[in-house]
Amino acid sequence: MLAFLLRRILIAIPTIVIISIMVFALQHLLPGDPLLVLAGEERDPEVLEALREKYRLNDPIPVQYVAWVGNALQGDLGVSLRTNQPVTELMAEKLPVTIQLALMSMIFALVIGIPAGILSAVKKGTATDYVANVVALSGLSIPNFWLGIMLILLVSVKWQLLPASGYVPPSEDFWQSIRTMLMPSFVLGTALAATLMRHTRSSMIGVLSADYVRTARAKGLNERTVILKHALRNALTPIVTLSALLFGELVAGAVLTEQIFTIPGFGKLVVDAVFNRDYAVVQGIVLVTAVGFIFMNLFADAMYYVLNPRLRGQ
Amino acid sequence: MTEAATDTPVTADPVLAAKTENRVWKKFRSHKSAMIGGFLVLFFVIIALAAPILPIPEPSATDWGAVRKAPSWDHWMGTDEIGRDVMSRLIWGAQASLLAGVVSVGIAVLFGVPLGIVAGYFGGWTDAVISRCTEALLAVPFLILAIALAAFLGPSLTNAMIAIGISATPIFIRLTRGQVINIKSEDYVDSARAIGLSTPKILTRYIFPNVLPPILVQSTLTIATAIIAEASLSFLGLGQQPPAPSWGSMLNTAKNFLNQAPWMAMWPGLSIFFVVLGFNLLGDGLRDALDPREH
Repeated sequence: MLAFLLRRILIAIPTIVIISIMVFALQHLLPGDPLLVLAGEERDPEVLEALREKYRLNDPIPVQYVAWVGNALQGDLGVSLRTNQPVTELMAEKLPVTIQLALMSMIFALVIGIPAGILSAVKKGTATDYVANVVALSGLSIPNFWLGIMLILLVSVKWQLLPASGYVPPSEDFWQSIRTMLMPSFVLGTALAATLMRHTRSSMIGVLSADYVRTARAKGLNERTVILKHALRNALTPIVTLSALLFGELVAGAVLTEQIFTIPGFGKLVVDAVFNRDYAVVQGIVLVTAVGFIFMNLFADAMYYVLNPRLRGQ
Repeated sequence: MTEAATDTPVTADPVLAAKTENRVWKKFRSHKSAMIGGFLVLFFVIIALAAPILPIPEPSATDWGAVRKAPSWDHWMGTDEIGRDVMSRLIWGAQASLLAGVVSVGIAVLFGVPLGIVAGYFGGWTDAVISRCTEALLAVPFLILAIALAAFLGPSLTNAMIAIGISATPIFIRLTRGQVINIKSEDYVDSARAIGLSTPKILTRYIFPNVLPPILVQSTLTIATAIIAEASLSFLGLGQQPPAPSWGSMLNTAKNFLNQAPWMAMWPGLSIFFVVLGFNLLGDGLRDALDPREH
């Protein structure tokens, strides 16, 4: 297990290095001198020179990169130009909000996606399968920011059942926090449910025709036991490998969902940073998200290894 | 994003190729949902192309006497906050959405396919470098990368298309590389090498035509993703800039008038949904039609 993980980590290192080069290179995409963006309206040559020294912009680019990576490895991703707060501190502040949104969305995704995938596979080729597939494809085709807007219109404006926007931390008022997050997490969860449903269906279809499922049926076990105890357990193993993909969808989905429901999380932070031309924050978020994705991939590999006895035997 | 495109039969025999083509077309035509998808896409393409000749008001013509009017005979889909005709903006907006989908996927194919072919065919260090770069790009969620690039490049439809194109490129590199690795060990490629054909000839005559079918499927599915991405960027203010019409920016404005003018939000959202559904159905149908395991 340790050797397996070590090998995966070694493969991940060059990828992380390339990501860091890409993120560092982003600021060189800015038209003109990046310093003028950093300095804002300030055009005093002395101030510009001081900033140039501070951000080491007089150094050759490779030296600048090494300094930037060195700082990043120590948790220093620079300072927000707008709030003057360290980028890592800003992200740490917003992260719990997005984690709550992500967890609640995952609950919706699992509760909708997995049973729908099982049902669709068991009833393959029937009207139920067809309807489930159309619903899943529709889930993938609906822009989640539009679904959010429509839900606000119906649930908040017309029926006045749930708040349209805002965020209440669970530590302040647990139930109010759940109520505020219900609609956003449903919006984000439905997109993930569609992905989960399609993968569960194809995985289940493969497993249902396997020899051990035929044997279980031949032993006279009832269909429910065959599906839930024998087939599902094996069908869900490959679903674990989706963790990284779902992580990516969650983070990207959170950007728009948080924007619509005015939730002060990670996603809103990136959009606000883009509009405030707070490039250090944008770079920090891209870097952290990409490294997070790689770790989710490592986690998925490790889980797959643990859950799959054939791999462990090798 | 929907699942990746599938393997396809590889053949260099022209008679067999024609037979395969016939069978694929027959299979595609019998795929009801793919046909529905095709019609949806065709419908939007026609209205986008016909926008200049349709008897509709100018998309940016304002009418202060008809601000936020509900759908009526004069304005079938109502008007917006400054009295512009929503249907006209929707039809012109279709141009921006489809253009963004096609151009950004075009950029991704243009860079992704050659890089994938080179990585898959030559292997070794070339493959290692291209593959690590691909993995690095794939590690950043599609929309986050597109937002970051659009932010650094500056907000405009062109930059949004470039940003989406770059973000989608690794999908095509990975797909093409995998296909080429399978194809390069086929007998007919070995024969081509044995008779002394040059590498560029082998790549263009034998490898490239055989990686095309899965790329076609993936392109269709990626256009769907790119249209949503463009709408998302425009919704955030990073795509098409006002007053030029785009579905995403129409939704951005509409969210401020939900109570007074819900139709402003309904039509652009439904349009995005149907065009994306169309491309997804079409892509799924193409994948099934081209999948040898389904025969």
